[in-house]
Amino acid sequence: MLDRRIFLQGSGAGLLTTAAFGPGLAFAKAPTDKIFIMIILRGGLDGLSTLVPYADRDYLNQRPRLAIKNPLKLGGYFGLHPELRGLHKLYQDNELVLIPAVSTGYRQRSHFDAQNYLENGAGKPFGSSDGWLNRALAGIEGGGQLGLSVGPQIPLILQGGERVKTWAESDLPELSDGFMASLSKVYAEDPLFARALQDAKLAPDPMLPNMGRRRRNSNLLRNANAAARIMAVKDGPRIAVIDSLGWDTHNNQNNRLSGLLRQIDESVAALRIGMRDYWKDTVIMIVSEFGRTVAENANQGTDHGTGGLCLMAGGAVRGGRVAGDWPGLGKKALHERRDLKAVNSLEAVFKSVLISHMGVNDSHVADHVFPGNKTAPMSGLV
Amino acid sequence: MKTLASYIAINRFGLGPRPGEADKVEKDPKKWIKEQIQRSPRIPAGLLRYKSSEDIVRLSGTARAEKKQNKTARQKIDKLKSSLRENAVQETFARTEHMIATDTPFVERMVMFWSNHFTVSGAGKGNIFFVAPAYEREAIRPHIFGKFEDLLLAVVRHPAMLTYLDNHKSVGPHSRMGIRRSFVTGVKTGLNENLAREILELHTLGVNGGYTQTDVIEFAKAITGWSHGAIRQNRDYRPMHGRFEFKKHFHEPDSKKVLGKKYREKGVKTGEAILKDLARHPSTARFIATKLARHFIADDPPETAVNRLAGVFTKTGGDLADVSKALIELDEVWNQSHPKIKTHYELMISAFRASGKSGFKLKDFSVPLQAFAQVPFQAPSPAGWPDTAADWIAPESLLRRVEWLRQFAATLPAGWNPQKFLDDVIGPVATDETRTWVSRAPSTDAALALILSSPEFQRR
Repeated sequence: MLDRRIFLQGSGAGLLTTAAFGPGLAFAKAPTDKIFIMIILRGGLDGLSTLVPYADRDYLNQRPRLAIKNPLKLGGYFGLHPELRGLHKLYQDNELVLIPAVSTGYRQRSHFDAQNYLENGAGKPFGSSDGWLNRALAGIEGGGQLGLSVGPQIPLILQGGERVKTWAESDLPELSDGFMASLSKVYAEDPLFARALQDAKLAPDPMLPNMGRRRRNSNLLRNANAAARIMAVKDGPRIAVIDSLGWDTHNNQNNRLSGLLRQIDESVAALRIGMRDYWKDTVIMIVSEFGRTVAENANQGTDHGTGGLCLMAGGAVRGGRVAGDWPGLGKKALHERRDLKAVNSLEAVFKSVLISHMGVNDSHVADHVFPGNKTAPMSGLV
Repeated sequence: MKTLASYIAINRFGLGPRPGEADKVEKDPKKWIKEQIQRSPRIPAGLLRYKSSEDIVRLSGTARAEKKQNKTARQKIDKLKSSLRENAVQETFARTEHMIATDTPFVERMVMFWSNHFTVSGAGKGNIFFVAPAYEREAIRPHIFGKFEDLLLAVVRHPAMLTYLDNHKSVGPHSRMGIRRSFVTGVKTGLNENLAREILELHTLGVNGGYTQTDVIEFAKAITGWSHGAIRQNRDYRPMHGRFEFKKHFHEPDSKKVLGKKYREKGVKTGEAILKDLARHPSTARFIATKLARHFIADDPPETAVNRLAGVFTKTGGDLADVSKALIELDEVWNQSHPKIKTHYELMISAFRASGKSGFKLKDFSVPLQAFAQVPFQAPSPAGWPDTAADWIAPESLLRRVEWLRQFAATLPAGWNPQKFLDDVIGPVATDETRTWVSRAPSTDAALALILSSPEFQRR
């Protein structure tokens, strides 16, 4: 990172270009204004309750008690869960695209391996100790400082050589500058502590209004609000990751999903408002490690499955449609006779956003972000 | 504290020094750890006054079944629920107090290790929190130095685990209940795979331990009916109770085949037989050995240590006292000073231990634990809390740790000598930098805070 900065400062090329071609081209050298926010739903989102194939007889047969009865219709076959009113509006405004029957290349059913696979981008669980979004940042002008991890831990997808910004809320008193200075001396010989402390000093301060609302709002909504405040500024971070827990609905699924999907709807709404002028350049992507079984189980829940759902919202999305292929829910169409088949590739969706939206070089994506993954980027999403 | 070996024993195996503890350890650190290994550990008396899971499960089952037709009924249920929550909060508090005060901290570290290995969590499942501290006391504590097989069976039969991973309502498709249900509702599958999968993946073989989706389903069938007595279907008028109950009418008939072995149908005994075989499987030995070595040696544990532990596990039929003793004898344990990072909870415990304080209030623990986002019995998933450095030291989490330690240091006696405190808690490993900057600190509390915030104190 240091090398690149020195290069930029030391090179006269920028000035020459400005002189020769006017300010427009030189501006292209500046870090991107495009914004990419990823929300990871941990536990396995039930795609069929989110984007509901309400008119499909197989859906109703396989889910006699769980089928969502009153979806917000998106035409004659699919509908959105009734809690997703804000997303439904975005769909009508062509700012929401849904990719059903989607998954990474992972085909087993462990949460922990599936999440690791989703985040490391190397094509197998624990295939790499860093995350693909961190490697993608290395291919963007501005590097790690354009990355933002929201929450106390940096998720694997953002861990690695690029040092990203981090933010988490805290009620504890701030440390004095003097204490921080002594601390950095004490940490000097321990790379893990030294690096974490240095990065902590660079953490953004969104100055959230504290109106006593914090406890009532979900973590996800609070984090979404913070992300918007931190990102919707000139020279702010451009790529953020927010985690959401609790999606493993083996029982009592409909009750639990209502609350969780409401959080999603509120959080996307908060981002849309909070991003202000930046909304037109924003892509929010919502993904989960896998989908769930097509059939319901005995406990009004579903078990770990394969094909899931990816939602993309934002002003930069070519929305108002369901993208990719749909394999259907007939017995013969299912993966191992139980799961929605993953006919669409999540890696293809990731590549599309990185290349078409964030402007990452194709070869950087092929060589460093998803090495060994031959899937072509999914076209027409942004 | 004078020797490196005592620092390692007290921090890596214990929970950080209490004032004076080092004097007892220094003579023979290994012996100090080994003497804590008792086949039937005493249950801390302070925990025994809390409700049994039998009562908790029965009461919360009763509350669930209660008709909520009017305000008085609803108020009664809310009151019951809040008393169960309060009971669990108080036991969690007492557990933490015990960990701070104990003079057998290796026992407590092992309780945490196994409680985390067999996580039940209230995160997103409030009712599980009611019973989680009782589960640890009843299913984990008695077995930490017993046979792994007994620990596994105690865990899987416990209503807390059966409920947390949804097995209590799992129904065999060809069981009496399954057939009736499929007739009434049209739902053909009644199985809930969750517990069977997590036992294979998280508790025994490990994800690469050599099982398939078919094994998951067959095993899930074998443990259908493993439930508890606080679930009563329509027209089942037996009184509720909060113990394990094998519901024969939920149980999938016929033989099952798991990991290539056929198990003839013997009701509850089928599941028990499979669990016993899983407990003795070579993949389990390896998986447990790796986790122990990761906890006590390094994030990436050396192969030789894992092999040695797995060997002892296999040879002794999963005897956890013998495995623990073998762990203490490994050279790899003693040739690195502080390779591991304390979890947030361990850091808080060790700070309180170092302070010698007692007489705590609830908020002494709840404020830091909520700031750190590591509240006991609220792990984010059935995999429990992670055990590698990157999971605990990130920019924001490090700041929260230090912010709290800084505030905590200000509550320590102003008359303390920072130099002595440094020698007492991190003496053998303190770097020159730490000593220098502690000596230059502008105030006693700043000096104490620097000691507590040093890598030497935050590591183990």
